[in-house]
Amino acid sequence: MSHDHSIDPKNMPKDPSKATTEGKHKFMGLWIFLGGETVLFACLFGTYLALRNSNAGGPTTQELYGLGLVFLMTVLLLTSSLTSVYAIYHMKNNDFKKMQLWMGITALLGIGFLACEIYEFAHYIHGYGFTFRSSAFGSAFYALVGFHGGHVAFGLSWIITLMVRNAKRGLDLYNAPKFNTFALYWHFIDVVWVFIFTVVYLMGMVS
Amino acid sequence: MTDEMSTRKINSFQKQKNKQEMQRMVVSFALMIIFTLIAFALVMLEVPSTYVIPIILLLAFVQVGFQFFYFMHLKDKGHEVPSQIIYGGVFITVMVALTFTVITWW
Repeated sequence: MSHDHSIDPKNMPKDPSKATTEGKHKFMGLWIFLGGETVLFACLFGTYLALRNSNAGGPTTQELYGLGLVFLMTVLLLTSSLTSVYAIYHMKNNDFKKMQLWMGITALLGIGFLACEIYEFAHYIHGYGFTFRSSAFGSAFYALVGFHGGHVAFGLSWIITLMVRNAKRGLDLYNAPKFNTFALYWHFIDVVWVFIFTVVYLMGMVS
Repeated sequence: MTDEMSTRKINSFQKQKNKQEMQRMVVSFALMIIFTLIAFALVMLEVPSTYVIPIILLLAFVQVGFQFFYFMHLKDKGHEVPSQIIYGGVFITVMVALTFTVITWW
């Protein structure tokens, strides 16, 4: 490395993730990416809203969904959002070990969420014969919820790679932006889930 | 060991600031959990859909506001451009959702 990215604890930058130009660019780049993601999910939500009653004689939303599992998944993902805030809090205090610990808890909660989602999909396929090809509703449902689950899986591989790669390096101004962009991405995943549990599951139970 | 040392050396004023911010984060998390509980409870109590759908959508928007402004720091300085990007994204989302709802209304 041509530049020294180590942190001077006596002169700790207020936000180590934005102390370098590269860090600032990573921050802005991630937000532009999230803007694109918003539009992508907007299209999937729109498609789902239009097709959610086109079940082609298959199970309706009321017959299919169960609120208990959805509530558990919501709590898991919402809590993992808070634990990643804790991780960034410890990053700003230059405490690498605690940051790794909280990022690890975030990853575990994310794995729990993904396990619930896989169970849910398997239950729909084996218990109801409800698949991606069953109906327009099936396609729209699996496209929207599955795309979100894919984002969770991608986020998990991202944070686990970051944690393993930097385990022995400790925190510096080069890897701090990487952890911070992951945390922002993870919050965004939670934002999308808030709309999924409201628009897909809760509205599916009342309509 | 070295981590412990370096943590202690951080400017105590800044540390105090970080702590206050973390407390606000925990409060917003508690509010988000409460909003979630209200939304689920309204649906489970089978409140008529004319009332329940606008209420749970409103709760979702408020909760997402907490997520964006507090957890993702959009309320802080230096987040003007990200805010514009997200406002644009939210505008498009609302337009798309409305369009697809209206064309399949009947």
